[in-house]
Amino acid sequence: MTQMNEPLLRVEDLTMMYGDRVGCKDVSFELRPGEVLGIVGESGSGKSTLLRSISAQQEPTNGTVEYQTRIDGVRDVYQMSEAQRRLLMRTDWAFVHQNPRDGLRMNVSAGANIGERLMAIGDRHYGNIRNNADSWLGKVEIASERLDDLPSTFSGGMQQRLQIARNLVTSPRLVFMDEPTGGLDVSVQARLLDLLRGLVHDLNLAVIIVTHDLAVARLLSHRLMVMQQGKVIEHGLTDQVLDDPQHPYTQLLVSSILQN
Amino acid sequence: MSEMLHAQNVAKSFTLHTQGSVTIPVFEGVEFMLSAGECIALTGESGSGKSTFMRMLYANYTCSQGSIKVLHDGDWLDITTASPHSILEIRKRTLGYVSQFLRVIPRVPTLDIVAEPLVALGTDRKTATDKARDLLTRLRIPERLWQLSPLTFSGGEQQRVNIARGFIADYPIMLLDEPTASLDVQNRATVLALIEEAKSRGAAIAGIFHDHETRDAVCTGSFDVTSFKVGAND
Repeated sequence: MTQMNEPLLRVEDLTMMYGDRVGCKDVSFELRPGEVLGIVGESGSGKSTLLRSISAQQEPTNGTVEYQTRIDGVRDVYQMSEAQRRLLMRTDWAFVHQNPRDGLRMNVSAGANIGERLMAIGDRHYGNIRNNADSWLGKVEIASERLDDLPSTFSGGMQQRLQIARNLVTSPRLVFMDEPTGGLDVSVQARLLDLLRGLVHDLNLAVIIVTHDLAVARLLSHRLMVMQQGKVIEHGLTDQVLDDPQHPYTQLLVSSILQN
Repeated sequence: MSEMLHAQNVAKSFTLHTQGSVTIPVFEGVEFMLSAGECIALTGESGSGKSTFMRMLYANYTCSQGSIKVLHDGDWLDITTASPHSILEIRKRTLGYVSQFLRVIPRVPTLDIVAEPLVALGTDRKTATDKARDLLTRLRIPERLWQLSPLTFSGGEQQRVNIARGFIADYPIMLLDEPTASLDVQNRATVLALIEEAKSRGAAIAGIFHDHETRDAVCTGSFDVTSFKVGAND
């Protein structure tokens, strides 16, 4: 129980500058196991920059990103060796891109896409890998007979579910998602949201999800950070931020949603 | 009777930044207490802020001033200053809320939506599902609908799904926002029975009820929010 309350990730004073231009500035927060943090804000507000800087894809200008590793305790991800960081990124972390083509290898089969992450962490038994890949296809609701098909023959929604399977097969504890429901039509989005919420709960995943869709943020995230011009201007319980926003920009954002 | 919730000197105002930063004062100096086994009706005319006050009790709205303390696992926690993490824990185990709106992910079966709060508490899925079946049966949701998403249901059916979900876990404190609003006589009787059962197991309940009959049938007291409206005592 005490371990549950220890943060899995601690971000402090994170700043990313592009020359004189601010990508994101002075961002600090903690994330616990099983907790889903939504980051919202309009295009260009620094959401994706922040996500890249936290997920070790782009070294920030200033600030620290500390992660509770399985073996070595709390480590600053930018102080690790390149090899340690790579291992972390392909085992304990996962990254779900908006465009599944950025997260999948389009010229190998669906099964190989899932199996590849397992092989990267040392699994060599072909039968195990194939069975594991097959079981993950099932979890993301893709029929077994598609195991040997190329992702390019899949619909957009299926590709996105395959990307999720590929990411989750190594049992990561922290998942980064950049607009995971972005390019999908509404019915496909609902199915993906349902799936994601189930997986987050069942696997006790910590998730940082960037989205411009406030309805998605409401349904998936426990806490919400609102960004404007690179800064976090409001941060709190999701329904409180959306139903009783305090900052002028959050009020504008919330009042701009079409009612349904 | 043991005290479960205590609001002290609570004030609330809204500042509308998108509309010339006008500030709308709503409440000031609110004192409110809720004890185990009682059901207090929040009263006041339409637009007087009953739902606003209830949302403050659920920490869905912030308070501008004052404290709202809730007895959670034997400790008093102030939800106006608690971390998001603590508030979610309080809502999971202590504070139940039946709102007028059903907000769910499309496609999830009704049975799962109703069972979810119990599953979240760690109850095994079978027990939770069995209890969900009981409640849906009592609330006369036909079994053929249980595997469908409630988003396709009528307003009254959605309301009953909301009630089933709100009553499945034995929350020590319950907030009910118009639980009988769009229900027929039979279903209203069921909801009244559910409220009575919650009272007798010791739940502390605050509710907004649109009709006198319901209020008279289940409430042990009332609380007029208009007396704490800003300017009410000028």
